[in-house]
Amino acid sequence: MAKLNVNGKAFDVKVDPDTPLLWAIREQVGLTGTKYGCGVAQCGACSVHLNGELARSCAIPVSTLKPTDKIVTIEGLSRDGSHPVQKAWAAVDVPQCGYCQSGQIMAAAALLKKKPKPSDTDIDTAMTNICRCGTYQRIRAAVHMAASGGTAAVTTNSQKKA
Amino acid sequence: MARTSIASSRSAKVSRRNVLVGAAAAGGGLALGFHVPALEAAVPSQRPIAAAKGAEVNAWVVIGNDETVTIRVARTEMGQGSLTGLAQLVAEELNCDWKKVRTEYPTPGQSLARQRVWKDFSTGGSRGIRGSHDYVREGGAAAREMLIQAAAQQWGAKPGECVAAGGIITHKPSGRTVTYGKVAAAAAKLEPPKSVKLKDPKDWTIAGKPLKRLDTADKLTGKQVYGVDVKLPGMVSAAIKDAPIFGSEIKSYDEAKIKAMPGVRRLVRVNATTVAVVADTWWQAKKALDALPIQYEDSPHAKESSATIAARLKEGLEPEAKNVFVGNKNGDALAAIAGAAKKVEAVYSTPFLHHATMEPMNCTALYTPEKCEVWSPTQNGEGSLAAAAEASGLPLNKCEVYKMPPGGGFGRRGRQDYVTQAVAIAKQMPGTPVKLIWSREEDTQHGYYRPITRCRLAAGLDDKGALVGLHVRLSGQSIVAYQQPAALQNGMDSRMFQGMWAEPGEAQIGYSVPNLLIEHAMRNTHVPVGPWRGVNTNQNAVYLECFMDEVAKAAGKDPLEFRRALMAKYPKHLGILNTVAEKAGWGKPLPQGVFRGIAQHMGYGSYSAAVAEVSVNRGRVKVHRMVLGVDCGHAVNPDQIAAQVEGSVAFGLGAALYQEITVKDGRVVESNFDNYEIMRLEAFPKIETVVAPSGDFWGGVGEPTICVASPSVLNAIHAAIGKPVRSLPLKNVDLRSA
Repeated sequence: MAKLNVNGKAFDVKVDPDTPLLWAIREQVGLTGTKYGCGVAQCGACSVHLNGELARSCAIPVSTLKPTDKIVTIEGLSRDGSHPVQKAWAAVDVPQCGYCQSGQIMAAAALLKKKPKPSDTDIDTAMTNICRCGTYQRIRAAVHMAASGGTAAVTTNSQKKA
Repeated sequence: MARTSIASSRSAKVSRRNVLVGAAAAGGGLALGFHVPALEAAVPSQRPIAAAKGAEVNAWVVIGNDETVTIRVARTEMGQGSLTGLAQLVAEELNCDWKKVRTEYPTPGQSLARQRVWKDFSTGGSRGIRGSHDYVREGGAAAREMLIQAAAQQWGAKPGECVAAGGIITHKPSGRTVTYGKVAAAAAKLEPPKSVKLKDPKDWTIAGKPLKRLDTADKLTGKQVYGVDVKLPGMVSAAIKDAPIFGSEIKSYDEAKIKAMPGVRRLVRVNATTVAVVADTWWQAKKALDALPIQYEDSPHAKESSATIAARLKEGLEPEAKNVFVGNKNGDALAAIAGAAKKVEAVYSTPFLHHATMEPMNCTALYTPEKCEVWSPTQNGEGSLAAAAEASGLPLNKCEVYKMPPGGGFGRRGRQDYVTQAVAIAKQMPGTPVKLIWSREEDTQHGYYRPITRCRLAAGLDDKGALVGLHVRLSGQSIVAYQQPAALQNGMDSRMFQGMWAEPGEAQIGYSVPNLLIEHAMRNTHVPVGPWRGVNTNQNAVYLECFMDEVAKAAGKDPLEFRRALMAKYPKHLGILNTVAEKAGWGKPLPQGVFRGIAQHMGYGSYSAAVAEVSVNRGRVKVHRMVLGVDCGHAVNPDQIAAQVEGSVAFGLGAALYQEITVKDGRVVESNFDNYEIMRLEAFPKIETVVAPSGDFWGGVGEPTICVASPSVLNAIHAAIGKPVRSLPLKNVDLRSA
């Protein structure tokens, strides 16, 4: 048994103590926006906020958590997709397959909380989640856009009519 | 109603839906009005079938009373954007309001019940749009004509007096208007037109525009339901383990060791080499499986390693090697090179690579003796249907596939092994839905890898530095030999020569060489192989384009000028190369320590080129900027094409930098992202994409540019350090200056 506070709600979850937070969130709490990618804290698809800090939930056994620890998942980042990071992600059309994007968005939101105007180097350092579709250029652009309140220019592409 | 049997199901609700869809086809256009049961409404992912509310004007277009336009898409959206692109093509011809457009997948079962009205579901080879643009546009155009005809009939007017735009039909003489939603039910009862005229792409207003994707919103909030997220009442979870050495049969396992572990329901022998644990939750299943002692029979492959495989491939490069096939030939290359004033030779190699989709392989199956349903994140819905039928032993029309949006495909999900496994497990537990999820380790060690190849190249130059002969000998594994040996042509796999074919249209070589010989020594291994985004264009472009730079250097010529001199007969190859060179500022000064490389190649009916700007400091590579261009004939959504180009760099260049699947004691060594590294944001260069559609053909987009990403960077590294890089990945290569 473990007591988890997820997105402001308390849950009693019946799991073995070594169960990773990721699987408790997905299978017991029933929120599937947080994704399994590697199970070894390498890819960041499972990123959540733990007491306001970015955390890779696949490598956190529930036994290490207290009932007072505040866990926020992608479902709890905003009620309706209106977090500035989510809005910037939509404006730049970041996702391709989308599977890693919950984690990317959680990582970006955590970065902007600490550094509201991150430099490219800050983004390089903070955004270490894997995206196999390769949306990195748009992730960078969307982080800058979210930081600037939605005004940063993002396009680098051109079309040539033959 | 004959179709009732097709849809026979333990769920009356599902069967009713299928009957109605079938009846609509049989009746030539019965309006589809579906009641959505409360349970399914609460969990929309449960049985996602084509069931839009409204009138089905034809198979591609359903229009609701509320003016919602639902466009059916048969190809799988796995990130590449063709869901939006195909909808744009239908909407363009339909003349509807783009803001009212949504999409849905018909199921393979629905399509089968309607004589495959949605045609090909297979999503690979960058064919999503180029392989269906004609019939989906015709579907949109036919629906538009039927809507106009219905409005005209209602007004007692001639269809020719009416025009449609933005989902509104106007009777020109009287100025009367009516919306699509008001006439859709009447239109659905009309005979479809015998032929339709498609628009000239220069008149497009929806297609050809950089519109936002239709499938983004739920990917930002965690609401998108992937295969791994499927939830069904009473569902259990399964973890699976196939033999570490490919094909090793299980001798025994000790079930008693895990029987009492929390949540464990049962252990299932899936096939001769594979075992699965079924438990209440996946974590419980995985934990128990990890604790299960398994013994395997001795394997004939136990002594295979990367070294034994390399030796086999090296033998295939010898002049006297057997089992060699000719893919492209003119003149006498060997004699021309032997008699040349100057000779250049090199041997290149590329490793096995894994797809490593972010979402590991998974599938959910529900089996009863009457019906088999699967929830499949697949690139080929009909392939999943066939696999479900075979594994369940039920006829196709007693099986159904709900296509879940895959978290990445890249070719891996064209295979159906995960469906076969899920059904085999579910068959042991009739009536209980089973969700099978592979661990990352299982996914990494049981892929269908990009084949390993080596390549020996030789070129002859005359005394003026002109290329007089080129010999390319590939040696390595064939996908066709592994996956469809019956499709070999007298033993030859012509796809080995992708991008080096003489024939135009798909993957033609872009150089005129007076004496040319391109061969493949078939050297297969026990490692399963399959298409990996870009397939053989990747290796072939590295070999050919990097060697071109070596030959240009030997000739004392600029790499771009050297190529141009060989490309006069290939105007489209040359066109995109020139466009990219110009955009990149080829020949203009660069900051100290930064060097350029260039490459061009053709695949999937499209022409690609790239220029990379790279610095190498103390052996460390930094890619600063890349300009990539693609001529795909028609550009349906330029922004999504740019997204594919950007993504292809991460996929192709990431592989060149870090990735290899190695073999030891017959099994794959790499297991997870800590030893199979993926490119991350920090290493991703600034990408500038030029979309340059020349307009008289339809080329693919998802794959074509990946093959130029690596050679352009490798050629820049060559320029930077003064020696060519002939072996990948770069992490194994000493890049300190020569």
